[in-house]
Amino acid sequence: MIQGEHMIEVRDLVKKFGSFTANDRLTFYVNKGEIFGFLGANGAGKTTAIRILCGLSYPTSGYIRVAGHDVYREREKIKKKIGYMSQKFSLYEDLTVSENIRLYAGIYRLGRKQILKREEQLLERLGMTQIRNRLIGQIPLGWKQKLAFSVAIFHQPAVVFLDEPTGGVDPITRRQFWEMIHDATEEGITVFVTTHYMDEAEYCDRVSIMVEGRIDALDTPAALKRQFQSENMNEVFLKLARR
Amino acid sequence: MSLVADHIDLSFEEIRALQQISFEVQDGELFGLIGPDGAGKTSLFRIMASLLVPDAGRCIMQGFDVVKDYREVRKIIGYMPGRFSLYMDLSVEENLNFYARVFGTSVSENYDLIREVYQQIAPFGKRLARKLSGGMKQKLALSCALIHRPRILLLDEPTTGVDAVSRREFWEMLKRIQKQGITIVVSTPYMDEAELCDRVAMIQKGKLLEITDPSLPVPEDTEALFSIRSSKEIYPYLKEIRKMDICRSAWLFGDKLHVRLHAKKDEGELISQIEAWNDPALTYEAIRPSIEDRFMGLMELEHESGLENGGNSL
Repeated sequence: MIQGEHMIEVRDLVKKFGSFTANDRLTFYVNKGEIFGFLGANGAGKTTAIRILCGLSYPTSGYIRVAGHDVYREREKIKKKIGYMSQKFSLYEDLTVSENIRLYAGIYRLGRKQILKREEQLLERLGMTQIRNRLIGQIPLGWKQKLAFSVAIFHQPAVVFLDEPTGGVDPITRRQFWEMIHDATEEGITVFVTTHYMDEAEYCDRVSIMVEGRIDALDTPAALKRQFQSENMNEVFLKLARR
Repeated sequence: MSLVADHIDLSFEEIRALQQISFEVQDGELFGLIGPDGAGKTSLFRIMASLLVPDAGRCIMQGFDVVKDYREVRKIIGYMPGRFSLYMDLSVEENLNFYARVFGTSVSENYDLIREVYQQIAPFGKRLARKLSGGMKQKLALSCALIHRPRILLLDEPTTGVDAVSRREFWEMLKRIQKQGITIVVSTPYMDEAELCDRVAMIQKGKLLEITDPSLPVPEDTEALFSIRSSKEIYPYLKEIRKMDICRSAWLFGDKLHVRLHAKKDEGELISQIEAWNDPALTYEAIRPSIEDRFMGLMELEHESGLENGGNSL
């Protein structure tokens, strides 16, 4: 992780829907190569903030830069420099493993030779070479999620957004997935991740916890556990959300 | 006995979704089914709810066969499917009244049973179900599944995608429903919730691996499991430990690593390695396996036997 070089910079982000304030003066930054956990209860405003950071929705006010670009004026530049994956939608079920890789690579305008080379490397690393022509709908969820993550970082984005990437997968695959995340950060990718599994919050370098549109806590997991005199992140989360 | 599943088999074309599933659930028991997506949990629920006919085997609910006596079965069960099952274009009150009337009862007749759950959403009674938050939809769906006072409540992943606070509240509600004498079968991908069940069946790839009572102590000496914790960073040690011959498996567990050794006698070697790292941030202890450890251990065994048989996990 590189201290001082901020991949995401957010100051006083406000998003209102009519009279409802979904994001209330959010202020935080994310270092290059950091795993940043973005936690909060359902309805706390996480998805709203992620949509703004990904350039899919405008904030009401605030200073926000992602991968060096402004979210008001340079949304298309941001989209080229980020990757996105969620549990709800990741890959096209009616395309094969290989077709999904090429589709995403093509969208990000990678050259044909580059795509072919990296596709081989990726399939090899995931142990999926033999099933490259199988439809996504026919492979187990755990494999799908690992492939979806690899596809989301295939164009080597500066930041990857992972929205509940491990929902519903088995406990071993969930851990393998986090090992992939760790390895990706060693190559310099910055990871912005949400999860409802509190043990996964421990795998983040720093964690923010949103309650009713505000960030109520932000620090390393170790410091948060000290601050809230808790054994683990689950206790921290429960103490904050039930306050 | 509330429920008897007897050698249930189910296939979808080549895929064997359920293989020889047998278990029994006692009256008033809170029985958990844990397993990842695709393990076969939802198919099993659909069989128990008389919505799917198994290829072989029987399922008896409170004495009624889910195939032959499906009409009786449907009267005594409450079923909350994993996918949201309410009418989006009806209001909260309309949904509840609708379910009550379908089962030939009224909301007032059984209101005491759902009061605790329903009063949290009652202020939004006129709101369309479509406009409810995830947590509120879940409470309404539970109210609707309970409104005819079922003998057996079937809940298919009621807390998937739900945050830690709402999950805890939901389980507190389940415990109170159980006290009313209702038998509950509930599935979950969250291992911490499994610890709250009276008994838990672990399911993987259509097979029932084991049924355990989380409150019972695990037989000792069966395996050597260590927890290594770091107050700084634990991840770098994961790869180091996996390189050791004595390591059967090692996985991240929050700020800890859980290391399973091949044999109890290997403990000394692990301890001397940890001491040799001489990292003051590290602490370690021998631990008893949690439900999650056990489930992962069973998955590893399955995987290893699959490899020995030359089987591909796909």
